[in-house]
Amino acid sequence: MSNDLKDKHGTTGHEWDGIEELNTPLPRWWLWTLYACIVWAVIYSIAYPAWPMIKSATPGFLGYSTRAEVAADIAAVETSQAGINQQLASAELTEIAADGDLNGYAVSQGGAVFRTWCAQCHGSGAAGAKGYPNLLDDDWLWGGDIEAIHTTVSHGIRNTEDDDARYSEMPAFGRDELLEEEQIDQVVNFVMSLSGTPQDAGKVEAGALVFEENCAACHTEDGTGDREQGAPNLTDAIWLYGGDYATLKETVTNARFGVMPAWAGRLNEAQIRAVAVYVHQLGGGE
Amino acid sequence: MAQEKEPIPTSATDAGARPKRRTLLDRHAILEKNATLLLVFSFLVVTIGGAVEIVPLFYLQNTIEDVEGMRPYTPLELTGRDIYVREGCYVCHSQMIRPMRDEVERYGHYSLAAESKYDHPFQWGSKRTGPDLARVGGRYSDEWHVDHLHNPQSVVPESVMPKYGFLEKRMIEGEYVADLLKTHRLVGVPYTDEMIENAQADFAAQADPDSDYDGLQERYGLKAQVRNFDGAPGVSEADALIAYLQMLGTLVDFSTFTPDASR
Repeated sequence: MSNDLKDKHGTTGHEWDGIEELNTPLPRWWLWTLYACIVWAVIYSIAYPAWPMIKSATPGFLGYSTRAEVAADIAAVETSQAGINQQLASAELTEIAADGDLNGYAVSQGGAVFRTWCAQCHGSGAAGAKGYPNLLDDDWLWGGDIEAIHTTVSHGIRNTEDDDARYSEMPAFGRDELLEEEQIDQVVNFVMSLSGTPQDAGKVEAGALVFEENCAACHTEDGTGDREQGAPNLTDAIWLYGGDYATLKETVTNARFGVMPAWAGRLNEAQIRAVAVYVHQLGGGE
Repeated sequence: MAQEKEPIPTSATDAGARPKRRTLLDRHAILEKNATLLLVFSFLVVTIGGAVEIVPLFYLQNTIEDVEGMRPYTPLELTGRDIYVREGCYVCHSQMIRPMRDEVERYGHYSLAAESKYDHPFQWGSKRTGPDLARVGGRYSDEWHVDHLHNPQSVVPESVMPKYGFLEKRMIEGEYVADLLKTHRLVGVPYTDEMIENAQADFAAQADPDSDYDGLQERYGLKAQVRNFDGAPGVSEADALIAYLQMLGTLVDFSTFTPDASR
């Protein structure tokens, strides 16, 4: 062992078979960092909520709370958009598209709302999926003008949460034994003939009779549908669940009951209008 | 600089080199030289540290927020919750909306501690491969859930979620659901004797809108949703799971309840 070091630092007094342990002091930089950390911890615990007392913890002189912070964050954004949101919520629906700035805001805001709340069913590109309508085309079940879209978004379709939800119910012609197996076969062939080729052309004529008696009340006599009741147009070769024989037979037998949630309780009026404007300008808006 | 200083005294425990006065560090040497005593005192220190950190959580007003609307899970929902745990949904889905603007805007109101007070164990999760589910209830239709469990990519093409179509085929009768409720009562969920007695009946009633479900709603509140969740006859695991998903985050009515911002 170097005697210089031993003279300088001394030893701890530990000695094993002549091997002694130097009592080297901690490096100064390390020691000061430790002291600084202790001071920091004390200041921190005074500044922020820390010490548990009888009823609550000390709130800290900065008064910090995550809940207050998120409320302030949201309020800041709401304040910065308050003017244009107010304008959007009170404008005539039909006039939004003509107002350049307002329309631009509504479309980008609506796009964000759509991708957050609507994309899971209607697809991130709004092209829909089986059972969930494509919003890009001009085939609308409940109407494609801005007011109809606004109503659909606000109240939804066939849900139980909103009394103003759009509602209609196709009878389950097969399951509830309203039609014979043979009649279903005929009417399916007739419906297929409206927009394409029936599976069995011989049954179309008989199917037309079944259609007139059972389906025309909602789908209208020429099969073009009725938007008041959300009855789809059967002549345009656009199918929500599929237009092949097996799918149509399933539809007539067990009926369909597509549900859309009401958004009025979850989104505010400006957001609902924004998403309605966004959907309206996608291509199919009337 | 350092060389000019007085040599630092040798060990604090080296009593011989210092004045005859027992310092705190000298006493500490007794602990250092006695393993059993060291162990006992170490436990003492950890116990005090733990108590100081944990005990206040049980009595501080701002850690035990009282929230209106919370109720224990119905038997069907609790069964669905078990399926959720069994299938490891929590590995990819969290149930914890953090108080940050981006999360609140995407998922809804941030989660409150009280909202998982009947969760044993809680399903907060730690990673989001899929979205947070704390407020998924009512966000999609039952039919969507059936389609989505059956083949997630049919409704969300970008999804990497596996298929759970088999849940529709596994029929369950809830013959052990009363025991499940009892187990949860054991760990503090306030299930009444009446709830446990009627567990299997409530289990069946919730999935059948044509049944007499007044008793169910009397016991669990009018917010208990009664529907044929999977749209198929009988009660399948999909019914239970969808019943659970459709009630997640729906119990607290945030139009009437405002959480205290200082908490």
